[in-house]
Amino acid sequence: MNRAALGALLAHWRRHPLQLLTLVVGLALATGLWTGVQAINAQARLDYAEAAATLGQDDLPRIEGDLTLADFATLRRAGWPVTPVLDGTPLGMRARVLGIDPFTAPQNGATPDLTDTADLTAFLDGRLVFAAEGTAVPETLPEVRRLPDIAPGLVVADILAAQAILGTEQIDRMLILPEARDDLPPLADLLPGARRVEPEAGGEIGRLTDSFHLNLTAFGLLAFAVGLFIVHAAIGLAFEQRRPLFRTLRALGLPASRLTLLLAAELVAFTLIGGALGIVLGYGMAALLLPNVAATLSGLYGASVAGGLTLAPTWWLSGFAMAGIGLAVAGGQSLWQLARLPVLAPAMPRAWARARLGTLYRQGVGGLVLLAAAVLVAVFGTGLVAGFVCLGALLLGAALLLPPILSAVLALGARRAKGALTQWLWADTQQQLPGLSLALMALLLALAANVGVGTMVGSFRATFTGWLDQRLAAELYVRATDEAQATELRAFLDGRVDAILPIVGTETSLEGAPGDLYGQPDHSTFRENWPLLDSVPEVWDRLATGEGALINEQLARRTGNWSGAEVDLGAGERREVLGVYSDYGNPRGQAILTLDAFHAAVPDVPETRFALRVAPAEVPALAEAISARFDLPAEGLVDQASLKGFSLDIFEQTFAVTAALNVLTLLVAGFALWASLTTLGTMRLPQVAPVWALGLTRRGLALADLARALILAAFTAVLAIPTGVALAWVLLAVVNVQAFGWRLPLLADPGGWAVLSLWAVVAAALAAALPVWRLWRMPPAQLVQVFAHER
Amino acid sequence: MLLRTRNVDKSYETAGGRQPVLSDVSFDLAAGETLALTGESGSGKSTLLHLLAGLDTPDRGTIEVEGTDIAAQDDAGRARLRRGTVGLIFQQFNLIPSLDVRNNLTFHARLAGRDPGDVDALAGRLGLSDHLRRYPEQLSGGQQQRVAIGRTLLASPRLVLADEPTGNLDEATGDAMIALMREMVRETGAALLMVTHSARLAAQLDRRLHLRAGRLAEGAPA
Amino acid sequence: MNARILLLALFLPVAALAQGFAGLGQETEGFTLPDPDRDLTFPVDHGAHPDFRTEWWYVTAALTGADGRDYGVQWTLFRSSLAPGGPQVWMAHLGVTTPDAHVSGERLGHDETGQAGVSVAPFEAWLDDWHLVSDDDGIGDLRLEARTAEAGYELTLRAEGPIVLHGENGYSVKSASGQASRYYSQPFYTVTGTLHLPSGPVEVTGQGWLDREWSSQFLEADQAGWDWFSLHFEDGARLMAFVLRGDEPFRYASWIAPDGTTTPYYGNALSAEPMGVAEVEGRDVPVRWRLRLPQRGLDVTVAAVNAQSWQDTLFPYWEGPVRAEGSHPGRGYLEMTGYE
Repeated sequence: MNRAALGALLAHWRRHPLQLLTLVVGLALATGLWTGVQAINAQARLDYAEAAATLGQDDLPRIEGDLTLADFATLRRAGWPVTPVLDGTPLGMRARVLGIDPFTAPQNGATPDLTDTADLTAFLDGRLVFAAEGTAVPETLPEVRRLPDIAPGLVVADILAAQAILGTEQIDRMLILPEARDDLPPLADLLPGARRVEPEAGGEIGRLTDSFHLNLTAFGLLAFAVGLFIVHAAIGLAFEQRRPLFRTLRALGLPASRLTLLLAAELVAFTLIGGALGIVLGYGMAALLLPNVAATLSGLYGASVAGGLTLAPTWWLSGFAMAGIGLAVAGGQSLWQLARLPVLAPAMPRAWARARLGTLYRQGVGGLVLLAAAVLVAVFGTGLVAGFVCLGALLLGAALLLPPILSAVLALGARRAKGALTQWLWADTQQQLPGLSLALMALLLALAANVGVGTMVGSFRATFTGWLDQRLAAELYVRATDEAQATELRAFLDGRVDAILPIVGTETSLEGAPGDLYGQPDHSTFRENWPLLDSVPEVWDRLATGEGALINEQLARRTGNWSGAEVDLGAGERREVLGVYSDYGNPRGQAILTLDAFHAAVPDVPETRFALRVAPAEVPALAEAISARFDLPAEGLVDQASLKGFSLDIFEQTFAVTAALNVLTLLVAGFALWASLTTLGTMRLPQVAPVWALGLTRRGLALADLARALILAAFTAVLAIPTGVALAWVLLAVVNVQAFGWRLPLLADPGGWAVLSLWAVVAAALAAALPVWRLWRMPPAQLVQVFAHER
Repeated sequence: MLLRTRNVDKSYETAGGRQPVLSDVSFDLAAGETLALTGESGSGKSTLLHLLAGLDTPDRGTIEVEGTDIAAQDDAGRARLRRGTVGLIFQQFNLIPSLDVRNNLTFHARLAGRDPGDVDALAGRLGLSDHLRRYPEQLSGGQQQRVAIGRTLLASPRLVLADEPTGNLDEATGDAMIALMREMVRETGAALLMVTHSARLAAQLDRRLHLRAGRLAEGAPA
Repeated sequence: MNARILLLALFLPVAALAQGFAGLGQETEGFTLPDPDRDLTFPVDHGAHPDFRTEWWYVTAALTGADGRDYGVQWTLFRSSLAPGGPQVWMAHLGVTTPDAHVSGERLGHDETGQAGVSVAPFEAWLDDWHLVSDDDGIGDLRLEARTAEAGYELTLRAEGPIVLHGENGYSVKSASGQASRYYSQPFYTVTGTLHLPSGPVEVTGQGWLDREWSSQFLEADQAGWDWFSLHFEDGARLMAFVLRGDEPFRYASWIAPDGTTTPYYGNALSAEPMGVAEVEGRDVPVRWRLRLPQRGLDVTVAAVNAQSWQDTLFPYWEGPVRAEGSHPGRGYLEMTGYE
C-alpha cells in the first residue's frame, strides 16, 4: 500500500518538474545563503578567537615599556604572574612573529601540540615554529609546523627564538594573568620605567567586528526568509494540486494518518536533498566571499582571518536545521490543513482571497506596531543590539504592511478603472495578491536592503573621500629612521618644499582608555582643511596659543565631551576641547595639541615624521630625490595619492561582501517572484480562459499578466525606497555610532534609487517572462480544455 | 444567413491516435431562429459549440458568421468575433471571480464596447437585484448561471451559443430563462444555438439538430 | 599554549606506563649516568647537574602549630633536561597540609628566561617567587618561601646534624638491574616560621628534611611508582625508606643514627605493609602502614595526619605528614606515587 501510494504521490513531481525544481532550488538557495553567511561568520569568529587567544591580549591588562626578559624574571621573582610577548614583523616577511613563553602563557591560548618531547625541545631550541596553513613564511625560518588552530598570518615561536628571528633583545609587553595576588610589590618599585595598561573596555576588535557579523547574519536571515517564501509557495502548490489525488487515495482506503506520514516523509526527503545542495552552495559562496571578508576585516579592523574555510559541523548542521525548520514551517501548515480540510472542499480562490481580508487587516496592524516599535527603539534605545532590533522591526514592519497597502491601491485602481479590461486587470491583480504577497515581501526586503546599504555605502564613500581630501592635505609624507636622519632630512628639504610640517605622536591614556596624542604645527594646511564637526570660536587661534586640544569624534562620543568641555588627555593633561574632528576608520581615541604644547607635555619624542607641502607636479621628482639621498625605512615615504588609493581600497573591500550579498538577495527575491508567478500561471488558467472566451486574444491576456507583474513590482519598489532610506538612516545614525563611534550624514541618491527601481521592474519582467510567454503561445485547444474539463 | 457551417471536420490527438470528433457537419442558422443541439455525451456537441464560438478552428470545412469565415481569421480576428458577435453561455458559467455581479453582468458588453443598457432592469428579471454587490463564489449555482446568461444578453451578440444553460436551474426557472433568451433573440434579431440533453427544452425551440458520433441528423433522434 | 599538555610532554610521555611513574624510566642515551666512584663534593653538588636528565630539591617538614595542631609542608623544585645538552625545564610544587585540608600548587619555568634556576654561592633554588635560599654556600641555614593564592609559608630551616649519604656513598640503587641515582639528604632541620592558611597565619615549629637526588634513569620500565617514608623519631634517629613497586618490589632503607651515622638496608631487611586504604580522588591509596626494620628493632604503624593529602598537580601524587606509633614514636612524611 505504501509503495503504491508513494508512487502516486511522487508521480506528481514527474509531471511537474518545474515545481520540483522550484522547491529544491528554493530550499537550496535559502539554506545556501544562510549556511554561507554562517560559514563566513563562524570562520571569521574562529580566526579572531584564535588571534585573541594566541596573543592573549584580548582582555588581559599588560605591562608596557622598554622591557627585556630580565624584567620578566624580575617580576616573576617578585610574584607577579606575568608572561612575556614579543610581537613583530621581520624585515622582508609578511607574517607576524609572535614570541611566547610556553611555561607562563595563559592556559586558554591557542595550543600548538607539544606533547612530543622532541617537539617541545625543538620549540624551546628555536628549531620549530608554528603557523597557520597558508601563512607565508620565508625559508630563513626554522621548521614550520602548520596548525589550523593558529590565527592566520601569525608565526608562533618560543620567546627566545622570536628574539633571534626579530634580532632583538627586547620584549614588547608582559600580560598580567588573572591569578595576580593583591599584596604584590608595586610595579613602580620593581620596574620604574614600565607602565600598566588596562584592556580596552569591550575589546575593540570584538566590538567592531561584531557589528560586521551582525550585519552578515541579518543578511543571512533575510536571504533565508526570502528562500522560505519560495519553499512555502512550492509546497503549498504541490499540496493544492494533489488534493484530488489525496481524495482518491483516501477514497481507495489509505488512512489519513498514513497519507500524512507519507507526505511528511516526502518533506524530510526534500529537506535532505535541498539542505545538502544548499550546504554545498553555501560552502561555495563562503569560499568565494571569504577572501573578501578576510580583506575587509584585516583592512578595516586589523583582525586577521584566513582566506580558507574549515568545514565546521556547527554550520552545516545549522544548514540542515534551517532547511528542516523551513520545510516544517512551509509544509506543516499544508499538512495541518490536509488533516483538517473536508475531503471534498472545492477550490475557491476568491473565497480564499476574501478570507485573507482578515489576514490583511492583522498584517496591517502588525506592521504599524512594528514600525512604531522601530521608531521607539531608534529614539530611546542604546547599544548595538538596539540598533539591530530597530532594523529588524523596521524591515519586518514594512514587509507586513506591503500586502495591505498594495491591496488598497489595487482596490482603488479597480474602482477608478473606466474600461472593462482595466477594471478586470486591477481586480484580478488584487485577487492574485495573496499568492504573490510572500514573493513581493521578499522583493521589498531585498530592494530595501539594497537601497539602504547602497545609500549607506554611498554616504560613507562620499564623506570618506571628502574627509581623506581634508585630512591628507599634504602632498608627501616622510618618516626618518631616527633623529639624526630627521635633522639631515630637514636640511635637505629646506628650500625644496613649500613647508615642512612635523608630526609627532605618542600613545597615552585618553579619559582612561588607550589612545593617541599628536602634536602638529599651526599651519594653513590644517586651518584650511581640517574637518571639524564642532568647535569653539577662534578655534585655530586659541589652539595656536597652546591652550586646549582638538579631539576626534570617537573620543567625543565615547566620553560625551564636546567643544567647551574638559577631557583628561593622560600625558597631555586636562585640557579644554576646542574642536572635534571626524576620524573615520580609527577605533581609538585621539587628541591633537600644537607642536610646542605637545613637546612641553611629552618630552623626548623626536620629530621624525613630516608632512611636506609641495606643488603636486614636483612630487614624483622630490620623492625620487629623497629616496635616492636617504636610506628610509619601509613605508618611510608615502605620497598622498597612493595613501588615498590605499585607504579607498580598504573602503571598497569593506563593502564588497555587502554588495555581493545584496545582489544575491535580489536574485533570490527575483527567483521567488518567478516561482510564484509560474505556479500561479498554471493555477490561474480556469480564471483566464473565460476572459479569453469572451473575446480577448492570448496576446492581450499575456500582456495583461506582464503588466500585472510590472505594476506589482513598481509599487513594491516605490514602497521599498522609503523603507530603504529609513534602513540607511538606522545604519548611519544608530548602528554606525554604536559600532564605530562616528556618525555619517545621509546623502540621498535618487538616481541610484531610480536605477534600482528599474532593476526591480526588469526583474519582475524577467520573472514574469516564462508564464507570460507560455500563455501567449498556449494552443487554443488547451484553453478550451478548461471548459471541456468540466464535463 | 447568420451562421453557415459547411463540411466541418475536427479530430483530436489522443493517446490512441487521431480521434475524429466531428465529421462533415453542415447546417445553417438564420437570424431570429432558435436551434437545439442534442446528442449523447461524447457526440461532439461541445466541440462544435467551441468551433462556432471561434475558440478553436476546424480541421476542414468553413464556418461563416455573418459572412465571415472563422477558420480564416487570425487570433485577433477570432477574438474580435467572440467579443462582438458571439455570446457564449458556459455550462459552468465561467464568471470572473474578481468582479462583483454587476461588473460581471456588464463585463462582456463593455469589453465589446457596447452600452450595457439597463442593468438593473435585467437583474430584476433574472432575480439578481439583491446580489449585485456580491461576488460569484457567494452565489448559488443557479444564481451564477443566471449571471452568465445575463452577461451574454447584456452584450447583445448576434449569435448566442449556450451549453446546457439551465442545467443548474429548477424546471420553472429554467423555462423562464429559456423564455427570456428566446424573447431577447427575437427582439435583437439574433440567433440562438443551445446544447441540451433535455427533449423537453429542445421542443421549446424552433429547430433541433442531433449529433451522433460526430455526424449530424436533422430532427429528433430515431 | 597549554602548559598542561606541555607538562605531560615533560614528565609523562606517551608510553608513560611502560616507563615508570612520571617518565622516570626513560631511555638514557646521551645523558650522564651516576658514577658510584665519584665522591659527592659540596657545595658544588648542591647546585644543578644539567648533564643528568632529572633532578630535585625536595623539602618536607612535619610541623606543630601554635594552636597545637599538626601541619605539614612540602616544597619541591624539579629540573628536567629535555635532551642531552638541551633546554632545562623547571617545575615547582607546593603542598600545605592541615588535619582537615590540603593545598597544592605548581609553577613552571624555563631557566633561559631567568625565571628558574639554582645558584651555588650563595645557595638559592628558585622558580618565580618560590625559593629556598641561603646566605652562604652551605645548606645549614635556609629560608623557604612559597605561596599560592590560597596558602603558603615562610620558614627558617636550621640544620642540627650532618648531611647524610644514602646507598653506597650517595649512590642509591633503585632496581635489581642497576638503575640508580645520586642521593643525599639533610634530615636534621629544626623548622620555625609561619604558615599562611585560608583561615589566617599560624606560627609553626617542627622538623624538616631536605632530599637531593639526580639521575638519568631512576626507575626500571616496569616500576610503576613508589612509597617513600622519611621519619624523625623521638629518640633522635631518622629513617628514610622506600619501596619501588614493580614486578619484583625493590626495597631500601637508610637508618640514620642521631649523630648522622647512616646504615643502608636492602631487600627483605625492610618490610612495609599497607594496613588501611582511603579513597582519595577516586582511587584507593594506602594511608596507613606497618613499617618494620627488625635489625633495628623497628616496628611502627605510620598513619597520615590527613588522608586526603593529594597533590593535585600535573602528575598527581599523595604527599603529606604522618605520625609513627609503636616501637619508635615519631613524625615524618610519606610520599606515594603511581596509584591509579
